[in-house]
Amino acid sequence: MALITAGVGSSHVPLLGVAHDQGKDRDDYFGPIFAGYDWTRAWERAEKPDVVILVYNDHASAFDMKIIPTFAIGCGERYAPADEGWGPRKVPDVIGHPDLGWHIAQSLILDEFDMTIINEMDVDHGLTVPLSMMFGHVDSWPCKVVPLAVNVVTYPPPSGNRCWALGEAIARAVASFPEDINVQIWGTGGMSHQLQGERAGLINAEWDNMFLDGLIGESEHLRRIPHIDYLRETGSEGIEMVMWLIMRGALGPATRALHRHYHVPCSNTAIGHIVLEPASPLSSGA
Amino acid sequence: MSGPKDIHDYLAAFEDIPGTRVFTAARARQGYHLNQFAMSLMKPENRERWKADEAAYLDEWPLSDAQKAAVLARDYNHMLDLGGNIYFLSKVFSTDGLSFLQAVSTMSGMSVADYEAMMNAGGRSPEGVRSKKEAR
Repeated sequence: MALITAGVGSSHVPLLGVAHDQGKDRDDYFGPIFAGYDWTRAWERAEKPDVVILVYNDHASAFDMKIIPTFAIGCGERYAPADEGWGPRKVPDVIGHPDLGWHIAQSLILDEFDMTIINEMDVDHGLTVPLSMMFGHVDSWPCKVVPLAVNVVTYPPPSGNRCWALGEAIARAVASFPEDINVQIWGTGGMSHQLQGERAGLINAEWDNMFLDGLIGESEHLRRIPHIDYLRETGSEGIEMVMWLIMRGALGPATRALHRHYHVPCSNTAIGHIVLEPASPLSSGA
Repeated sequence: MSGPKDIHDYLAAFEDIPGTRVFTAARARQGYHLNQFAMSLMKPENRERWKADEAAYLDEWPLSDAQKAAVLARDYNHMLDLGGNIYFLSKVFSTDGLSFLQAVSTMSGMSVADYEAMMNAGGRSPEGVRSKKEAR
């Protein structure tokens, strides 16, 4: 059967895609940011996931305001990088896994999550920057991807609790997929940042690290953080962190941290990155 | 449970955050055409027409006079007040050749250089900008 073997959390700052594509990733500014992903790149080469369920938000690329789905899952064959106004990133097309995507979609709907199903769309930096950070320069991405898009732009976004519960439901769905495949789930976006208004540039490293701490072990308090706390403490765009809770919820009652990285600044934001694996509650103290 | 279930309590709390316009349904409704106009600049042919005559291009959209004036003046805070959302409005400043950092800094009333220096020093502290009422 299919198994979720690990979870990855990561910011998806568009400027990182620019630095990666233009070969600036080891300069004085970007070097400390990219160095925090070196461990993960080596680990991913060894782990060889077959599929990544990639939780992200679209930034007015595939979706405009005509349709605003809260949770949308990609069931298509292939997704091209979106033109976000500067021309599409020159990175490989993202290859989907329609059988797994449809399986998860069906399972989630029976599990009382009202999913929007997407067969055709382009994917923006929210999805392609994490792939570059984890896999570097490649001719084709080394795994298939099931995109899972979350509305974190138009209020209200889903609650942290709902995101966590969706993650739990995704884990049940994956566990009932009959093929033996290695699946990872990534939660992307965040950490603290505010891209608007007089308070732009807000960074709360203490809160971000509290959030990273909370992803590890058996803690569940993160699922009860209300939206207003994200907004007050981490800025208007810090709300993207609810997407990490989908990843965390899918890993079960307890986790172990394999790698962690935090850095300020990258453009207007803080970079957060963590690699987790499921741990049974009984073995977590062993 | 994670937060208020009463929509009025939920929305009221957002008004207590200094220097922040949360993209609520009211703003989404007010700014629908403003954001869809910005979204239209994703297409190269539209960018060319926009650059050739901004006012004429804006007149093709059912925007209020105040929205049109704010766009032409590139007054981003005012555009946010009138229902704009930063991810949509980014199509306007990317068409102008500005980065997120350059555009965002102007909203905070700082020069680009001062804003960049603040970010390099760890960003804006949350101290004093969490709540208007509680001044914390």
